[in-house]
Amino acid sequence: MSGPADRPLLQVRDLKVHFRTGSRGPFRRQTFVHAVDGVSFDVPRGTTFGIVGESGSGKSTTALAIMRLAPITGGTIDLAGARLSEAEGNDLLALRRKAQIIFQDPYSSLSPRMRAGAIVREPLDLMEIGDPEGRDGRVADLFGKVGLRAEQQALFPHQFSGGQRQRIGVARALASQPDLIVCDEPVSALDVAIQAQILNLLRALQREFRLTYLFISHDLAVVQYICDEIAVMYLGEIVEQADRISLFKRPLHPYTWALLSAVPSAASKRRGRRRVSLEGDPPSPIDLPPGCRFAGRCPFAEDICRTEAPARREIFPKHWVSCHRVGDDGVPPHEMYPLANGPGGPGGPARP
Amino acid sequence: MPAADASSALLEVRNLQVDFRTRNGIAHVLDGIEFSLSKGEILGIVGESGCGKSMTALAIMGLVPTPPGRIAGGEIVYRGENLLKASKERMRRIRGNRISMIFQEPMTALNPVFTVGDQIAESIVLHQGLSRRAALDRAVELLREVHIPAPERRIGEFPHQLSGGMRQRIMIAIALACEPDILIADEPTTALDVTVQAQVFDLLLELQQDRDMAIVLITHDMGVIAEMTGRVLVMYAGRIIEAAAVDDLLENPQHPYTSGLIACVPQLSDEPEAEREALMEIPGVVPPLTELGVGCAFEPRCGFRMPVCVQSRPSPVAVGAGHSAACWLMEDADRQGADRQGADRRDGDRP
Ligand SMILES: Nc1ncnc2c1ncn2[C@@H]1O[C@H](COP(=O)(O)OP(=O)(O)OP(=O)(O)O)[C@@H](O)[C@H]1O
Ligand SMILES: Nc1ncnc2c1ncn2[C@@H]1O[C@H](COP(=O)(O)OP(=O)(O)O)[C@@H](O)[C@H]1O
Ligand code: SF4
Ligand code: SF4
Ligand SMILES: [Mg+2]
Ligand SMILES: [Mg+2]
Repeated sequence: MSGPADRPLLQVRDLKVHFRTGSRGPFRRQTFVHAVDGVSFDVPRGTTFGIVGESGSGKSTTALAIMRLAPITGGTIDLAGARLSEAEGNDLLALRRKAQIIFQDPYSSLSPRMRAGAIVREPLDLMEIGDPEGRDGRVADLFGKVGLRAEQQALFPHQFSGGQRQRIGVARALASQPDLIVCDEPVSALDVAIQAQILNLLRALQREFRLTYLFISHDLAVVQYICDEIAVMYLGEIVEQADRISLFKRPLHPYTWALLSAVPSAASKRRGRRRVSLEGDPPSPIDLPPGCRFAGRCPFAEDICRTEAPARREIFPKHWVSCHRVGDDGVPPHEMYPLANGPGGPGGPARP
Repeated sequence: MPAADASSALLEVRNLQVDFRTRNGIAHVLDGIEFSLSKGEILGIVGESGCGKSMTALAIMGLVPTPPGRIAGGEIVYRGENLLKASKERMRRIRGNRISMIFQEPMTALNPVFTVGDQIAESIVLHQGLSRRAALDRAVELLREVHIPAPERRIGEFPHQLSGGMRQRIMIAIALACEPDILIADEPTTALDVTVQAQVFDLLLELQQDRDMAIVLITHDMGVIAEMTGRVLVMYAGRIIEAAAVDDLLENPQHPYTSGLIACVPQLSDEPEAEREALMEIPGVVPPLTELGVGCAFEPRCGFRMPVCVQSRPSPVAVGAGHSAACWLMEDADRQGADRQGADRRDGDRP
């Protein structure tokens, strides 16, 4: 394996992906979608890094940028010590072997006219990995690894169930022996009972091959289960990042806290169904408000929140948050000012 | 399944049978569905896709596509009237006036070329015979009731100008237009983000309380079941395989499929530091309904199957107060004797 052992496999620094959109407004100025707007994180080898956030927060765009499938407006991405964000030509090809992606929709992400065996074999041919006979053996081996039978190589995607199609996707991603696998909502399109099959498979493969996952999901329970470290995205930014225990034990950002309280579960019912009602929807990533992007929906917003963007601070070791109102002692606003209807609130009136 | 109290039931479904003609023969899409719904109650229906949840809803609404579908038997009794015997005209009046439904994807259910106000008003004019002017006023009122800000402005907008959560609230407004006593919500929040889902659920709870409306909530999410419902039906391959009060079901599931559904999904936990064990799997997939044998439909996936399970289909039996399950294990409480050969089989799904 390349790179010093103590260096994270993936390092993302101040990544920006801005898409140009049509000009708007009376002066027809050029506008941009700030899909990813200054995102930084490290992923150590053999771990799973999760990205959660609502629809449109920039999760998939981050993933696509790391796969070099989205244009990078700014910042850097290093994979195994090499500058992936600037690689071109043969260097890029070589790096592409090291990172593979699994998509959400196992129905549309597999080419319908290719047999399953050919789908898994394709990356080996394209990247000229091994000799042709060796590739046959490797494909058969991969089928076994993901829980498919070797003879199923001859079938077409429509002859498989959704869960099996996702297994084909996993086998294809594994083919080039990548270090990093980007999983963009890999179980969201699957039936509940099938999700467990795929999640268990991903964990078993990680242990066997010391894989590193970037795992994107809007399902917080799945993220809590599968990830070691988690970043919460809101409108193109990471607003909070921590290891799974700190984040779920004591979320510091009001958005994370609201998000967690919104997840229905048997546990939340026992606590008495207290959740923070966030009013409204996120603002558009085209006309971003100055200051904190969450201010329009945050129950704790003050004047400063609407004018000044909060800086990212490491409040506890490896627990970062971007919020003006988290104290330096690490007490978040939702603990200082419990809301009447908030989780853990006293049921009394809010003290804004 | 035993009804809570037949006399207080608003709706009673008895031995409902729905068949579909398919290329591979007749599919018994619903086979002996039985349950009752009381005023103001929230009944959950849970199960994997293809188990007949939506079809149950469509049958109640009189919307089973015929052909290829056909109601092959049973009764759906609403306030003493068997809806399966009602005329088309009568059903049209009941739909929307008395029993309303909201669907999973609000965008496809709304017409993109008409304004939100037109679509709500149309339903009001149709069902209540109000004038257009009065109907539009009522539409504004309804949008306010489902907490849509600036409703006077919103009624002039088109569906694509609204967010997903907003559209689902419009659908709820349309469903509520005529003060139904039953609202059927078929996976109403599947396409929405959790914070928006929470808003929609808060709204449903508020309406249920204020209007004493009964809600049938269809979902595949056990967390939603836990938080929202009072009583739950678990469906598998066209049948109700377990029915119970929600806490009873979650704490004391009896059917292997129900326990599997509960254990196979990670639940958001307050104790993230606890050891993460491998998720329990339900191997395989729901079988095609045209290929069901004479035995228990869950048998190919069941870790507890016994010889009797392939020979004949278990009927629901009472296993506690208001709790029933259809599984041969219930007849023979001695689980130790069960053939556990498949308990740790994990061969994944089969085509
Ligand atoms: N090619 C593109 N051109 C213009 N805008 C884009 C493009 N791709 C994404 N966007 C915008 O960038 C933002 C982030 O999108 P992205 O797909 O990354 O969100 P996401 O977090 O993955 O959401 P979801 O949960 O819905 O998958 C959105 O506002 C989206 O509309
Ligand atoms: N138009 C149709 N023709 C044939 N089969 C159908 C049709 N609509 C639904 N079915 C079948 O009816 C069964 C139940 O479907 P449905 O009620 O939609 O399931 P659920 O809502 O639980 O996912 C499925 O097996 C489905 O394939
Ligand atoms: S910075 Fe202000 S508006 Fe933003 S999350 Fe913190 S308290 Fe809320
Ligand atoms: S009847 Fe038999 S196969 Fe069916 S669920 Fe019960 S034990 Fe399993
Ligand atoms: Mg996405
Ligand atoms: Mg359905």
